Amino acid sequence: IQLEVGFRPQSLEPLLLDVVPTIQQTAALALGRLASYNDDLAEAVVKGEILPQLVYSLAEQNRFYKKAAAFVLRAVAKHSPQLAQAVVDCGALDALVVSLEDFDPGVKEAAAWALDYIACHNGELSQAVVDAGAVPLLVLCIQEPELAVKRIAASALNDIAKHSPELAQTVVDAGAIAHLAQMILNPDAKLKRQVFSALSQISKHSVDLAEMVVEAEVFPAVLTSLKDPDEHVRKNATTLIREIAKHTPELSQMIVNAGGVAAVIDYLGDSRGNVRLSGIMMLGYVAAHSENLAMAVIVSKGVPQLAICLAEETEDHIRSATAWALGQIGRHSPEHARAVAMANVLPRLLAFYMDAQSSDDLQAKAKKALKSILQKCTYVPALEPLLHEAPSNILKHVICQFSKVLLHDSKARRLFVTSGGLKKVQEIKAEPGSLLQEYINSINNCFPEEICSYLCFLFALEQLSCFQTLPSNQQECF
Amino acid sequence: MARLEWLQRQIEGIKEEHVIENREHSAAVRLQSWFRGCQVRARLRLLHRKATIIQKVWRGFRARNQFRQMVKKAYFVMKMNFYNEMAIRIQRRWRGYYVRKYIHNYYALKRYLEGLTIKNEQVRKDLEEFAELQRREMERLAREREGQRKCLQAQRLHFLLSTEQCPGVFNSPYRDFPHEMELRLRSIKPLLAKNAPLRRDSGGSPACSLPPVPSKKPQGPFRDPAEVLQQRYRPLEPTLRVATSITALEEAREELRREEWRSRVIDDIFQPFSNAHKNRKYERTLHGTSSYEQVDYGTKYFREENKEKRQGEKLLFFSLGLSQNHPGARVHSPIHVVQLLGQREQSTVLTCVTRSRGS
Repeated sequence: IQLEVGFRPQSLEPLLLDVVPTIQQTAALALGRLASYNDDLAEAVVKGEILPQLVYSLAEQNRFYKKAAAFVLRAVAKHSPQLAQAVVDCGALDALVVSLEDFDPGVKEAAAWALDYIACHNGELSQAVVDAGAVPLLVLCIQEPELAVKRIAASALNDIAKHSPELAQTVVDAGAIAHLAQMILNPDAKLKRQVFSALSQISKHSVDLAEMVVEAEVFPAVLTSLKDPDEHVRKNATTLIREIAKHTPELSQMIVNAGGVAAVIDYLGDSRGNVRLSGIMMLGYVAAHSENLAMAVIVSKGVPQLAICLAEETEDHIRSATAWALGQIGRHSPEHARAVAMANVLPRLLAFYMDAQSSDDLQAKAKKALKSILQKCTYVPALEPLLHEAPSNILKHVICQFSKVLLHDSKARRLFVTSGGLKKVQEIKAEPGSLLQEYINSINNCFPEEICSYLCFLFALEQLSCFQTLPSNQQECF
Repeated sequence: MARLEWLQRQIEGIKEEHVIENREHSAAVRLQSWFRGCQVRARLRLLHRKATIIQKVWRGFRARNQFRQMVKKAYFVMKMNFYNEMAIRIQRRWRGYYVRKYIHNYYALKRYLEGLTIKNEQVRKDLEEFAELQRREMERLAREREGQRKCLQAQRLHFLLSTEQCPGVFNSPYRDFPHEMELRLRSIKPLLAKNAPLRRDSGGSPACSLPPVPSKKPQGPFRDPAEVLQQRYRPLEPTLRVATSITALEEAREELRREEWRSRVIDDIFQPFSNAHKNRKYERTLHGTSSYEQVDYGTKYFREENKEKRQGEKLLFFSLGLSQNHPGARVHSPIHVVQLLGQREQSTVLTCVTRSRGS
C-alpha cells in the first residue's frame, strides 16, 4: 500500500456510510490495510471514532462487510494492549462473538482472528474475551470442516489459555482438549503448530491440567509429530512434552516409559539453533525429578547429545540451559557423575564459567552445575585437567574428591603422582585451617613424607629460578 | 631467837618434808595416772578391736550384696548386649533384603533400563520408519505434481509435435533419440479450451503467465507493447443491463417487502385527506411526547388547569420531587400518590414521572 504522509483515516469515514455496499466494504478493507501497516495509523483510526460505527454495522450487514469490519478490528488490536483495550471499549466483543455464530466460514475466521489478537496481549483482555462468552463458540469453530477456521480458532484458544491458570481452566471446561487432541493427526502443518502450542499453554499451568492433557491420549501421537517435516510443529511438540514433564515425577516416568526421551534426543540431534531449547529443558526436567529418571536419560544416550549441543551452540541462553540440564543429570550419584564426566563436559563447563564474555546467567549455571557434578564425581581422568585450571572455589571440590578417592585406591595414587597432580597440589596456597588445607593435608597423608617434601622443594626451586630450567634427571630420580 | 632458828629449822624440815611429800605424791599420782592410762588404753584397744570386727563383718556383708547386684547387672547387660547384637544381625539382614528387593532393586532397575533401551530402540526405529514414509510420500506427491505439470505443458504445446515432413523442436535430427517432451507430445491428446484448468492468479500482474512482450522494439509495423497489454487485459465492463440479474425486479420487490415487514412499527394504514377518522382522538406517541427538558408543570406551577371539572374530587398538593428548588421537600412514593389520584391525573403523572426519569 502506497501511503502519503499525513493521510487521515477520517477521510474514509464518510465512505463507510455510503449507500452502495461495495463502497462500504472496500472502504472498510482499505481502513483495515492502513491500520495493519502502522500503529500510528491504527491510533488515528481509533481516535477518529470509526470503530463504534464499524461495530454497529458488524451486527447488521452482509458477510463481506462483516469480514472487512472484523479485519479492521483485528488490524487495530494487534499493535498494542492499549489499542486492543480501545477496541474492547467500543463494545466490539459482543459483536464479534455474535459473528462467530455466523454461517459463513470466512466471517467466523475473521471474527476469531480479531478475538485472537485482542486476547493475545494480556490477562485482562483475555478475561474480557472469555466473559463475552467466546470460548464455547471457539470450541465449536474448531470442529468446523474448514482448515482456516480451525487454525484460527486453535490459535485463539492458545492465546486465551496462556495467561493464567483460571483462563486455561475455562478453556478446558469448554471441552477443548478432546477436540485439540483429535486434531493432532491432521496433516496440515500450520494447524498442528497451533494445536500443540495450545495444548502446551494449557498444560503448563498446573499438574491437574497437565494430567488432563495426558488423559486425552496425546502421547504416542506427539512422538510421531517429532518427525514432522515442519520445524515449528516439532518445536511445539517438544514444548508440549516439556510442559508435561516438568510437573511431577510420575508424569515424567510416563513419558520415559513411552519412549519420549529417545524421541527428544533424536530431535536434538536433527535440529539446530534456538529450537533445541525446549528439548534440552525437557531432558533437564526429567533428570531433575529422581535418580532413576536421570539414569534413564543417561541410558538413552542423552549425555553425548547434550555434550554436542554444548559444543555446537553459540547462544548463551541455550548454553546455560544445557549446563543446567547436565548438572541435573550428574548430581545424583557417582555413577551419574561418572557418565557426565566421561562425555568430556567438565572442562567446557569450566571454560564457560571462567570466560568473562559469557553472560551472568551462563556463568552462574555453569558454576552450579560444576559444583553439583563435582561433589559426586570420582572419575579421576576427568578430575585431573580440572586440577590444573580451576579457580579456587571449584578447586576445593576437586581436591575434596581427590582426597576421597586417593585414600583407597593405590593405582590411582601412583597415577596421581606420575601425572604431576601431586606437584600441583603442593603448589596450591591455602589458608591454614580452611577446608582446602584440610583436604590438602589428607592428600599429603596418603603419600610418604619424602615425596611431598621433595615436590615442595621442586616448587620452591622453580619459583626462585624462573629463568633457569632444572635439569630433567632431577625430576625423574624418585 | 632460838625458837626462831628452831622454827626456821623446823620450817626447813617441814619444807623438806613437804617437798618429799610432794615428791612422793606426785610420783604416786604419776604412777597411778600411768596405770589408769594403761587400763583405759587397754579398754579402748579392746573396744577398737571389737568395733573393727563388727565393721569388718558388716562391710563384708554389704560388699557382697553389692557385688551380687553388680554381677546380676553385668549379667543382665551382657545378655542385653547379646540380644541387641543378634537383633542387629537380624535387622541388618532384613533391611538389606527389603531395600534390595523393594526400594532400590538393582536388578529390577537394570531390567527396567534394559527394557527402556529396547523400547527406545523400538521408538527410534518406528520414528525413522515414519519419517521415511513421510519423506517418500512427499516425494511421490512431488513427482506426481511434476508429472501432471509436464503433462499440462505438453497439452498446451501440442502444436510443437513433429510431423513427417518437418521435425519438431524437441525432435532435432542431430539427436540420437527424441527428447522426453517429444514422447510426451506424441502420447497426449490436445487440450480443449473448455477443459483447460483454471489458471491460478498469483495476485501479481497478469502478465506473468504469458511470455513477456520484449521491450526491444521489433522491426516492423507493430504496436506499442503497453497498448497491446492494455487491450489484452482490458477488464470486462458489463453494461448495467447485462450486470443486473434476470430476477432483479423480483428480488428488489422481495427486498422491499422484507424491509417493510422489518421496519413497520405502526399497523394503521396511512390514509391521507380522509375525513373518516377526523373525529378520532389523536393519540400522541411516546416518542413525540417527551422533550427531555424540564416540564413547566411541577416547577413553574403546580395547580390544576381545569378546576371546574375537578371540584368534586380531592385536590392534593404535592410535589413529586421534580423541582430542584425545594431540596428539603418531602418526596412521597410516586406509586402511592398515583393510586390516590383519579384516572386522568394518573396519565399526566405517568408522563411527568417518565419525564423526570428521562431528565
